[in-house]
Amino acid sequence: MTSAVNAADLAPTAYAWEIQAVGLKVRVGRKRMAVDGLDLRLGTGVHGLLGPNGAGKTTLIRTLATVLRPTEGTLEMFGESVGGRGEHRALRRRIGYLPQEFGYYKRFTVREFVEYMAWLKEVPKTDIPAAVQRAVERVGLADRADDRMKALSGGMVRRVGIAQAIVNDPAVLLLDEPTVGLDPAQRLRFRELLQELGTDTCVLVSTHLVEDVAAACTDVVLFAEGRLVFQGAPDELAAAGGPEHVGDSPLERGYSALLQNPGQERGSW
Amino acid sequence: MSGEHASGRIIEGYARGGADLAADEVWAVEAHLEACRVCRDQLSAVVTAEVPAVVSLVGTVWSGLEPRLAVTATMRRGRFRQAWLSRLSRWMTPAMVPWLAMVVGVTLLALLLDVLGTGTGEVSMVLLFAPVLPVLGVAASWARGLDPAYELTASAPRAGLQLVLRRTASVLGVVVPVLLVCGWATGVMVAQWLLPCLAFTAATLALGGAVGVTRAAVVLAAVWAALVMAPTVATSRTAVVLRPDGLPVWALLAALGTAVVIARRSAYSVLDTHR
Repeated sequence: MTSAVNAADLAPTAYAWEIQAVGLKVRVGRKRMAVDGLDLRLGTGVHGLLGPNGAGKTTLIRTLATVLRPTEGTLEMFGESVGGRGEHRALRRRIGYLPQEFGYYKRFTVREFVEYMAWLKEVPKTDIPAAVQRAVERVGLADRADDRMKALSGGMVRRVGIAQAIVNDPAVLLLDEPTVGLDPAQRLRFRELLQELGTDTCVLVSTHLVEDVAAACTDVVLFAEGRLVFQGAPDELAAAGGPEHVGDSPLERGYSALLQNPGQERGSW
Repeated sequence: MSGEHASGRIIEGYARGGADLAADEVWAVEAHLEACRVCRDQLSAVVTAEVPAVVSLVGTVWSGLEPRLAVTATMRRGRFRQAWLSRLSRWMTPAMVPWLAMVVGVTLLALLLDVLGTGTGEVSMVLLFAPVLPVLGVAASWARGLDPAYELTASAPRAGLQLVLRRTASVLGVVVPVLLVCGWATGVMVAQWLLPCLAFTAATLALGGAVGVTRAAVVLAAVWAALVMAPTVATSRTAVVLRPDGLPVWALLAALGTAVVIARRSAYSVLDTHR
C-alpha cells in the first residue's frame, strides 16, 4: 500500500522564499532592459503586481515562468537557481502560469484543453481526470466542461485560463492580467478564489486595477521602469498618499504618490 | 502495507466512533483505511453488523443523493473522439493539421508533374521538393501565428527536446510515407531524397534554436530555392548536390544537425524559439 502521507509532504522546505531575485536584469530586444536591477522576495500569499503600462510586469512574469532567461543577477525559485542552460523541468512542474495573451484551441472542449495542458505539465496520467475536474470546478465551469472553447464568452475563456494554470496544483502561481474581461460578479468570485489559493500558494497577480489589489492581495509590489518602487501591505500603500495626490481611493492616491517620485522611495526599500 | 492489516480490535473501535482508541491509533487506522481495500471491507462488515446508527445515517444520505445523481449530466461527446484527439495533440500542435495537408498536397502535385512529364524533363520534381517539405511542416509546428497556445506550450515542463522530437517525428511520419510512394512511382532511389530531407529537418531545428524555428525554415527554404531549385529548373539537369555521389555529405549534415539540436536542448524551452 502507498502511505496516505508521503515523505515529500512532510519534508521541511529548504528555502525561505518561493521567489527570490537579487539584482535581476532581463533584456528584451537588443537594448532595452525591461527588468532593470530588481530585488524581490515573495513568500506564500497573494501578491499584487502593480505598475504603469510598460513597467516590465509581463517581462518579469515571463522570467519567473522561465520562458525568458535573466540577463544578469540571480533568480532563485524554491531555493533553486533559475537561468543558465537547464530545461527546469522539475521546477516548471511546480509553476502555474496564465500569460497575458491567453491563446487556446477553438475546437477543443474545456475539458480537452485543460487535459492537454495537464499532459504538457507532466501531471501523472492516472491523476489527470481528477485534477482536471477539480480545476474546472474551482473556476465554476463544471457545467460547461464539455462545450467547445469557441462557444464560450471572453470571461469564461479567461476562467479556463485560470483552470489550466492551477491544474497541476502549483506552489507558485503567476497570473498576468487575469481579471481582464471578467464582469463584476466574476471578479468578486475570482478574488475569493485568489484568497483561497493564497493560503498555501505563492500567487503573483499582475493587474492595473487598484481595487483588485485592495480586495484580494496580502501584499502589494509596485513596479515602475523595471525597478521595485514599493513592497508592503495594501494599507501601507494607502498611507503613502495624501489628499493632494490624484486618485479616487486611498490606494489610488498612494499609488500615484509613490510613482511621482520613485527615486526617493527606492532608497528605503 | 505489505500484508499488514489493522487488528479487529482497532477496526471495531473505529467503527464505534473511535472513543476508546488512542488518538494516534485513530490517525493511523484512518490513513491505512484510505489505501487498504481489505480493511475497508472489514470495517463495512463491522459497521453493518454492530453499528445501526451509522448504517441508517449512510442510508439517509444515499436516498437523498440518488435522485440527484440520476440527473447528473454524463459526458456528451463520444469517448472515441476524445481519445483520438488527446493522442493526436500529444504528437503535433492541434493547429497544424491543415498545414500537413498542404504539405501532402504539394508532394502529390510534384508527383503529378513528374508523371505527366510536363515538368523539367529528366529532373524529378519529387527530388527537388523532398528536402523543403518537412521544413515547412516543422515551421508550422513552431510558428507563433499558427499555434495560439505557444506561450503556454513554451512554459510547460514538457517543452524542450522531448516536444521538439515528438513534433518533428510526427511531421516526418506524415511526409516520409508520402514521399516514399512518390519516389517509388517515379523510380527515384530512397536514399537520394531521404537523406537531404533529414538533413534539412535537422538543420532547421539546429538553426531554429538560435534564431527561431520559423525564421530558420524561411531562410533554409529560400536558400534551397535559390541555389538548387532555380538552376535545376533553368538548366533541366539534376543539380550536383542531388546526385548519388553527394549522399555521404547529406548524411554527415543530418548527423551534425542532430548533434547540435541535442547539445543545445535547453534552447527549445524558451519563447525565442517560437519566432
